[in-house]
Amino acid sequence: MEKFGFTISRGRQIDYDANNRFVAEYIRDREPSFRLCIECGCCSATCTTGNFTRFSLRELQILIRRGENDQVRENIKKCMLCGKCTLVCPRGVNTRNVVTLAREAFQKEVKYAV
Amino acid sequence: MGKHIVVIGGGVAGMEAAGQLSKDGYIVSLVERDTNTGGHLNNWYKLFPDRRSSKEVKDYLDKLILRDGIRVITGTTIEKIISHKSHFSLFAREGAELTADAVIIATGFDMFRSSRKEEYGYGIYENVITSADLEERLKKNSIKLSGGSVPESVGFVHCVGSRDEKAGNLYCSKLCCVTAVKQAIEIREHLPESRVFCFYMDMRMGGAYYEELYREAQEKWQVNFIRGKVSEVSESINRKLVIKAEDTLAGRPLKMELDMLVLMAGMEMSEGGKGIAQSSGLKTGENRFFSSADPHFGSNKSNVKGIFYAGTCTMPMNITETISHARAAVADVKEYFNKGVR
Repeated sequence: MEKFGFTISRGRQIDYDANNRFVAEYIRDREPSFRLCIECGCCSATCTTGNFTRFSLRELQILIRRGENDQVRENIKKCMLCGKCTLVCPRGVNTRNVVTLAREAFQKEVKYAV
Repeated sequence: MGKHIVVIGGGVAGMEAAGQLSKDGYIVSLVERDTNTGGHLNNWYKLFPDRRSSKEVKDYLDKLILRDGIRVITGTTIEKIISHKSHFSLFAREGAELTADAVIIATGFDMFRSSRKEEYGYGIYENVITSADLEERLKKNSIKLSGGSVPESVGFVHCVGSRDEKAGNLYCSKLCCVTAVKQAIEIREHLPESRVFCFYMDMRMGGAYYEELYREAQEKWQVNFIRGKVSEVSESINRKLVIKAEDTLAGRPLKMELDMLVLMAGMEMSEGGKGIAQSSGLKTGENRFFSSADPHFGSNKSNVKGIFYAGTCTMPMNITETISHARAAVADVKEYFNKGVR
């Protein structure tokens, strides 16, 4: 078949139904404060990693909740676990534990993947 | 008739309640701990959303309590209420004792003590002020930095002590958003060369003409709104305030140097109210405000028959709501006397 150089681009939509939210569930079951985020951005504002690299804990949390795991998997490794985000969070989210649990969930995903 | 009601607190709610009771022929003692009545109204410059002078409301209330049936007792702090079978004894810190057939508690609110949010630097950096401080300066028409110069850039931090577990307050104080918008406009009006920024989590414009004021702030006054809570404030070597926030809509951390920062302090249950609640067996809620007998149809009623609530001692309210709530308390008092209904 003649190739004209056209491709089908993947949609930008968050495909909520198709996405797998196992990371969110994993965190939620172990750290209930994960549910409390109101997207104020304090965690990201105070974050040293976020000030130097493309890393926003607020954004990662919402992506986890939506099941956009591919964007989270590599990024979540950047966190240095200093815990400043936990200190400033007005909702009392244990953000540090959220990061740890997210990493754990991804590890388990790898372990159980065939 | 001939019944005597003690109203505790001479702010908006107390003055309105006293005035309305007196119109119906009741004898009222209005007890205020300060030397003047008027409460927080005395400290405010203009009111949202129409920006009328707070003095107009104050004048209305002053006139309302100028009635024969009202005895205004200032400089007196009621600390305890004891209920008897058909009357109440009220004890003041200063030693006075009053007897009443019914009591309206209108002890109002205290502003959140902003130094509790140490990361915002109130009490540490001179150019970090509170919304109440700003009203005072607007009243004097003197908005200056600690060094005497005029600020070129001013930031407003929403939700200081509200919606903040770390401050111990989970609730929204509800009026700080619109106050920030009002004050942002006033800064632009007083200092047309200035740049103004509001740092917010949500813009809660849930009142008549609040949203319109928000729109006016954008359209007419070029106030900048940035969605992100300020996480910390420091001072640079040239004495500018350096704030850090995440611009959550851009998805990137943001830093900015400002000349002046205004903290939108929330509303808390007053210390005076807390004292009375503890000493007199009155129930308070998780938010520490007085807890009404029923949130829907008994918001003026307490857990003690004959003791009623008016205004912001039950929850954050604007002046319109406070006046309505005070009038509703008066209706409950009348029902109590007429039918013996709590």
